[in-house]
Amino acid sequence: MFESLGDRLQDVFTRLRGRGKLTEKDVDAAMREIRLVLLEADVNFKVVKQFVDHVRERSIGEEVIKSVTPAQQVVKIVFDEMTDILGGKEKDIRFAPHPPSVIMLVGLQGSGKTTAAAKLAVLLHRQGRTPLLVAADVYRPAAVEQLQTLGTQIEVPVAYYKHKSALEICEQAVKEGARKGNDVVILDTAGRLHIDTEMMQELVDIKASVDPSETLLVVDAMTGQDAVNVALTFLETLEFDGILITKMDGDARGGAALSMKAVTGRPIKLASVGEKMNDLEVFYPDRVASRILGMGDIVTLVEKAEEHMTEEKARKLEEKLRKQKFDFEDFLEQMQQLRQMGGLSKVMEMVPGMSGMARQQGLDVDDGQLKRIEAIIYSMTPQERHNPHVLNASRRRRIAAGSGTSTQDVNQLVKQFSQMQKMMKAFTGKGAGGMGMLKRLFPF
Amino acid sequence: MAKGKRLKEPKRRKKAEAAVGGDQPEAAEQQPEPESPEFPTEDTQETPAPAVEEAPGADIPLEVAEGEATEEEWLEEDEAEEGEEKRRLRKGMSRSRRILGRPFARAATRRAIDPQFWEDAEDALIAADAGVESATTIVEAARKRITSEGVRDLEGLRQVFREEVAEMLRSFGERPAVSDEKPHVVFIVGVNGVGKTTTSAKIGYQYKSEGQKVLFAAADTFRAAGIEQMEMWAQRVGAPVVRHKTGGDPAAVVFDALESATARGIDIVIVDTAGRLHTKKNLMDELNKMWRVAERQLGYPPESILAIDATTGQNGVSQARIFGEAMELGSIALTKMDGSAKGGVVLAIGRELGIPVSYIGVGEGMSDLRPFDPEEYARALF
Repeated sequence: MFESLGDRLQDVFTRLRGRGKLTEKDVDAAMREIRLVLLEADVNFKVVKQFVDHVRERSIGEEVIKSVTPAQQVVKIVFDEMTDILGGKEKDIRFAPHPPSVIMLVGLQGSGKTTAAAKLAVLLHRQGRTPLLVAADVYRPAAVEQLQTLGTQIEVPVAYYKHKSALEICEQAVKEGARKGNDVVILDTAGRLHIDTEMMQELVDIKASVDPSETLLVVDAMTGQDAVNVALTFLETLEFDGILITKMDGDARGGAALSMKAVTGRPIKLASVGEKMNDLEVFYPDRVASRILGMGDIVTLVEKAEEHMTEEKARKLEEKLRKQKFDFEDFLEQMQQLRQMGGLSKVMEMVPGMSGMARQQGLDVDDGQLKRIEAIIYSMTPQERHNPHVLNASRRRRIAAGSGTSTQDVNQLVKQFSQMQKMMKAFTGKGAGGMGMLKRLFPF
Repeated sequence: MAKGKRLKEPKRRKKAEAAVGGDQPEAAEQQPEPESPEFPTEDTQETPAPAVEEAPGADIPLEVAEGEATEEEWLEEDEAEEGEEKRRLRKGMSRSRRILGRPFARAATRRAIDPQFWEDAEDALIAADAGVESATTIVEAARKRITSEGVRDLEGLRQVFREEVAEMLRSFGERPAVSDEKPHVVFIVGVNGVGKTTTSAKIGYQYKSEGQKVLFAAADTFRAAGIEQMEMWAQRVGAPVVRHKTGGDPAAVVFDALESATARGIDIVIVDTAGRLHTKKNLMDELNKMWRVAERQLGYPPESILAIDATTGQNGVSQARIFGEAMELGSIALTKMDGSAKGGVVLAIGRELGIPVSYIGVGEGMSDLRPFDPEEYARALF
């Protein structure tokens, strides 16, 4: 669901990359756009302010402006801040030292608690646990029936006792779970408005009585700016431990999810990503952040590239690219750097769409081939490396013999090299998308 | 389909009326406008805080009466001046009013209508889920009026904002009229969890209290116990239900319900549909099929109401757009307005798609659904 937010941000980044050096004005313009994009994605307006301020502050700092690749730096800052907002590493559900562990689901009406409860039971069941579902929504018509139907469907027992209060049902169910050997008891409480003090008190009482090891606030991914008010009120009264986001399979841009952790300090632990009963997943903030930025793992890539390439080298390479004087010598150097970074296939994986694109352009290089290419280039004379066009049939035969390859291999490399030079021309032009940003780093 | 025309309508109408000066034509026309007379259109979306950039130092002194400077006081004063009638809506919205009231309270403290005020006002509307575009438009329109009309007091400021919001809401048009022929069929549609079944029941209850013969079609055959929920509500309303088994074809339920309605001389058929994410193509196709079945059987178009939860963010626009592709969307029922959410997304939806709001749900009781009144909503907002 974060894709469209990602697309919008990508546009901003693309425009940013269009500029070589960044001025404070460029950064400001980009920040205005980012603000708009985030607000339209329903990120809480205060969180947006904070986010944009942080990114701007860091982006107009020394390191970025003086960097060879200022736009990439800004992207990386945005990524860092976004991961930070989403909560870093994933957080597991906590279980009690002595079973049964009680997991309590709370939230507004319609946030999807009942469905989420059943999905959670499926998830836990898959992990080898024996969950018991508890129908503690005594208010909504047919809520109990809904959970019972779901329970039958997923073959998980559902506890419900007629004519009892929600508190009594929960207490009794936990005892029943202990007696019957269920190691997890999932409480599906009634949806309620956070401003309804009476109903909130019911939750406080249940929580105090059954002492859940995990209380999860269930939040609809489509919630707007009010998500934060809701979460804060629930936090004040109930001290929940984590958040479960539902309806992530819609096209909401996920702003509520983005704001939650920042505002409540509680991590998003689970996310419901589809209609099927096994569509509940552990929430990975870092992966979500990279998805939002539509960048696969490009951040690691940028970091790695920076590790292995000094500014000096980068500038030289850029110069050569611009003057189209890129030769086999540079090619060799690039390839060695690439190998230090984990090989071509790794790098390709980290760039979204890159492997597909390269294949389309007929550039088919696997890591085993890299070694052979290296050998071929090593067998060339310096003159041949600098001026590939002197490579006639006799030279090619010699190189093939010297590198232990065939003439076809040499021919192929020469062909690929010239294709690559063509591709590089495209790179140095505008609008190469995901590949464009890599143009200065490595011309593969 | 008249959809293409409809998309443009709100903006055009807004411009036209702005030229006449809105609610206070004299004041607006006497003073020449310092800026462009054009109302901002969608082009202004790239201008996040226009006031700050365009009018530095153009502060207007704000006249503040004794005791008016704190937000809490005007909140209380407002409560007193309202009747019991509107109290529930206001109570629910009081939290939102606190946010929406902040710009005014802060301006009162600074005793100035300054760039900060305009920025605060825009933030407040964004916090109400109105969306950046609508927020900018409203603030921009209010700013022009306040500058040209020489508004200098808090109540005047708030009044201008209320009028602008109400004006925008009115520009989205009105709920389509009840069809002349019987039965009039109302589809209640929406994503999961927005309160469709409850809304169906409440609308049915309203028609029933008006003396109409109501019939419910339990077309939510997907959700576990969806039919049971509708039956329980129907029992409370005291109206018949046409139902099939869970997992059945909802279009068949609609068909049977309409047959039954004709046979029984029913006035209003309320079709409670299953909640569906608008991104699920097959489910939207299913909805479209139900719609076509009804249309063919009736020989005239049914009405449809999109239920939107007040907590919904900008995704509501996408919901309305895609539901509108499966059927002719007549209006929006804004549900769950008894929480702290403001439902400002209806401004964003209307602005984009020209769909008016017909109902507003302010509580769980049967009578807690009321016809939507733009003025009342705007008043509750500010």
